[in-house]
Amino acid sequence: MTETKSSTEVWITGIGLATSLGEGLDAHWEALKQHRINVDEKGFAPCVVHPWAQINLDAQIPKKGDQRQMEAWQRIGTYAAGLALESAGVKGNHEILARMDMIVAAGGGERDLAVDSNILNMEAKGNSAPGFLNERLMNDLRPTLFLAQLSNLLAGNIAIVHGVTGSSRTFMGEEAAGVDAVRIALARIAAGQSDIALIGGSQNGERKDLLVLYEFGGFNLKNKFAPVWARGEPGGFALGSGGAFLVIESKAHAEARGAKPFARLVNVVADMARRKHAGEVTSTLEKLWAKLGKIDSKAAIITGATGVEPATSEERAFLKAHAEFPVRASGTMFGHTMEAQFPLGLALAALSLSRGALFPPDGTSATEVEMSARPSQIVVIGTGHWRGEGMALVEAIK
Amino acid sequence: MTTTRDKFGRPIVVVTGMGVVTSLGSGKTDNWKKLTAGESGIRTITRFPTDGLKTTMAGTVDFVPVEPFSSTDLGERLGELVAEEAIAQAGIGTKGDFPGPLFLAVAPVEVEWPQRQELGRAIGPATEIDYDAMLRVSGGGRYTEYHRRFLFGSVADHLAEAFGTKGSPISLSTACASGASAIQLGVEAIRRGEADAALCVATDGSVNPEALVRFSLLSALSTHNEPPQAAVRPFSKNRDGFVMAEGAGALVLESLEAATARGAAILGIVAGCGELADSFHRTRSSPDGKPIIGCVRNALADAGIVSDQIDYINAHGTGTPENDRMEYLGISSVFGERAKQIPVSSNKSMVGHTLSAAGAVEAVFSLLTLEHQRIPPTINYEIPDPAIPFDVVPNKARDARVTTVMSNSFGFGGQNASLVLTREPV
Repeated sequence: MTETKSSTEVWITGIGLATSLGEGLDAHWEALKQHRINVDEKGFAPCVVHPWAQINLDAQIPKKGDQRQMEAWQRIGTYAAGLALESAGVKGNHEILARMDMIVAAGGGERDLAVDSNILNMEAKGNSAPGFLNERLMNDLRPTLFLAQLSNLLAGNIAIVHGVTGSSRTFMGEEAAGVDAVRIALARIAAGQSDIALIGGSQNGERKDLLVLYEFGGFNLKNKFAPVWARGEPGGFALGSGGAFLVIESKAHAEARGAKPFARLVNVVADMARRKHAGEVTSTLEKLWAKLGKIDSKAAIITGATGVEPATSEERAFLKAHAEFPVRASGTMFGHTMEAQFPLGLALAALSLSRGALFPPDGTSATEVEMSARPSQIVVIGTGHWRGEGMALVEAIK
Repeated sequence: MTTTRDKFGRPIVVVTGMGVVTSLGSGKTDNWKKLTAGESGIRTITRFPTDGLKTTMAGTVDFVPVEPFSSTDLGERLGELVAEEAIAQAGIGTKGDFPGPLFLAVAPVEVEWPQRQELGRAIGPATEIDYDAMLRVSGGGRYTEYHRRFLFGSVADHLAEAFGTKGSPISLSTACASGASAIQLGVEAIRRGEADAALCVATDGSVNPEALVRFSLLSALSTHNEPPQAAVRPFSKNRDGFVMAEGAGALVLESLEAATARGAAILGIVAGCGELADSFHRTRSSPDGKPIIGCVRNALADAGIVSDQIDYINAHGTGTPENDRMEYLGISSVFGERAKQIPVSSNKSMVGHTLSAAGAVEAVFSLLTLEHQRIPPTINYEIPDPAIPFDVVPNKARDARVTTVMSNSFGFGGQNASLVLTREPV
C-alpha cells in the first residue's frame, strides 16, 4: 500500500477544466447544477462518446504553429493547463513557472486513421512485398505526427506554450496514472521537495483508434447513453473528452504570494489489487478509506466509477457500506476520460467545496442522493476499469 | 558508527542490486567485458525487411526470444530479466515479494502493425477497411488479450505481479531521460521515508518498422549503415545521428540504514538527482544551453557537491550533431576549463541509444565504472570535432581513479535529467 500523509499543508489554488461541458469554472458549475450532459450516440455508433465542447483554442494556445504541432488530446490538455495556471494567478509569472513542477498523466499514440486504413486496404489487395509497409510509412506519415503521439509531449507542449519548466514528468497507465500524478506531487510538496506543481491529464474521446483498443476488452458503452449506475451487465464506459489540471502548492507558498485556495488537498492513497477474486476491489477501497484520514459527517464522495463490470458493482458495494455520504459519479456527466478522470474528480471536489455545495445527483439511481448540507470534505475515488484503485481527501478551508 | 543521513539530513540512498541487458549481451558480466573491450552491439536489422528504409541497422536484442514479437512484449521480457538480476544480487525480500514500490520507465505502449494487420485479415478483402470496420471486428472477446497487452500500464502491471512490488506501480515517460527519472522517483520515495527499498526498472524494445520510420522522418538517425558497428560516432566531426537500440537496466535502491541493517553489500550511492525542462522546442534544446546547465547544476546541488568533485561524466552522447554540441556547451558552461580534462565517454557508441532505458542502463555502467575503476571508451572516434574538445576516452577503455560520476540524459519534449553516483557517501 502506498500512502502519503501530509506534513506540510497543501492547497489547491488553481483549477483548469476544458471538457465536453465547456470551459472554465462558472460554465462547469452551471452545467453541473443543471445536470447537463453532452453526449454523441451517432458519430461513433455503436459506441457512445462525449465530444469536446467547441472551444476557441487561441485563448490559451495563441500560436497556430503550436496548435498544428499537436493532436487533439494534446491541444485539449495544453488548453486546460493554461486555464489552471490562469486560475491560480501564475500565468505568465516566469519566476514561478520556471520552478514549478509538472506531473502529467498521459496516454498518447493518436493515429493517422487514413494512413492506417490505406495501408491495410492495399495489403488486402495483395501488396505484400517485403518493404511495402516501410515504403508507405516513409511516404505517408507526417514527420510531426510522432511528436503528437509521444506521451511526454503533452507535458512538452505545456512547457513550450505556458513556460512551466521546473520539472516535467509524465506518468502513463490509464486511470492509475492520474491518481499517482497527484499522489507523487502532493508527497513531494508535503516533504519539502517541491513548493508548487501543475498536475492533470487530458483525453480526446472522439478517437476511433482508442475505441478499438477498448473494444478488444468489450468496455465501450453501446447504442444508448445511460448514467454510470444504470448500465447493468456487462456495463461499459462512454469515452469522455476533456482536460483537467490543478495547481497545488504549500500553504506557505500560496500565502506568500497572496493566492486564494479552492480547497485543501489532505491525502492521496493508491493501490493495485490483482482482481483475481470477487470482492478484491471492494476490500482494497475499504483499506484505502481507512488510510485516508478522519472523515467528517458532512463529507461527500465524487467517484470516477467507469460503469464497467465487475469493477463498478464492487465499488458500489463499498459505497453501500458508507451510505451516509452522498455520492456523485463524474462519468455520468463527463464520460470516462481515463488518465484525466481522477484529476477531474479532484477539480470537481475543489470547485464544489469552494462554492459551498455539492452539485445535484443524477436523478435516477439510488446510489446518488440529494445533499442539502454544505460539504466540509469530499473524497475522490478512482477505480480503474481494469487495474488501479486510488482515493483522495479534499477539504474545505473555512 | 557511520551516519545513514546525508548532509541535508535525508536518508542516504544506496544501490544494492543491478541488472542490465543491451545489444552487447545479457547481464553485468558480459556487458562490462564487451563494453570495456570497445565492442559494438549495432548490427544490420534482420527482424523485419528493411527495404526502402534509410537506416537499416540498430542495436537489437535478438538473443531474447519473444513470440509473436511486439515491442511491448520484448520490453516487458527485458524488464523482467534485469529486475531478476538486480533482485538476485541484492538478495532482498523473498521470491515474488519485493519490499517496496516499482518505478518503471517504459516506452509508450501502442497497438502495433501485426495486430492492425490481424484486424485487416479479420475484416477480409471483400470489405473496405477503415477504423469503423476495425471496430466492428474488435469486440466479442476475440482479441481480449490485445486489450491487456496494449494498455499503457500493462508492463508495470506484469512486473508488479511477477516481483510482488508494493502499492501502485508507476509507469513513466520522460522520453530519452526516462531511465534516470525512474531512478529519481525511487530516490525521492526513500528520502521521504515512504519506502526502505525501491525497484527502478527501465526498458525498451522499440525496434519495429514504424518506430524506426518515425525517428528517420525526424532526421534523427544515422544512415551510416555499413559497417553498422561504426555507425554511432558521438563527439566525432562526422557523426550523423543516433542508432536505435534495445535494452533494459534495473537498480534495487535502499536506504543505507535498511541495507546496512540486513548486511547487504553496497554497490554505490545515488548522491544526487537533477532535472529541468526546456521550453524552447519539441525536439531541440534551447540554443543558450540554459536548461542543460540548470539540470547539471541541480544534480550537483542535490548531491551537495561542486563540479570539481566529479571525475567522470557518462555522457548522453547520442551522436546526433545537435545533442553532442549542446552537451558540450552545457558541460563546459558548468565545468569551465575542466571540461577539457575530465573524461567524458558515451556508452551509446557501443550499445546504441536504448531510449526509455538509456538512463538506467547508463547508471548501471556508471556504477560498474566506479566498481572496476575503469572507464569505458567512446568508440568510432576517428575524426575529432574541434568544436567539442572533450577527453572522450577515445576507442580504448582507461583505468582511472573514479569516485564520483555524473550521468546525463536528455530527451525530446525538453526533458533533462542528471544523476550523481558515488562509491562512498559524500
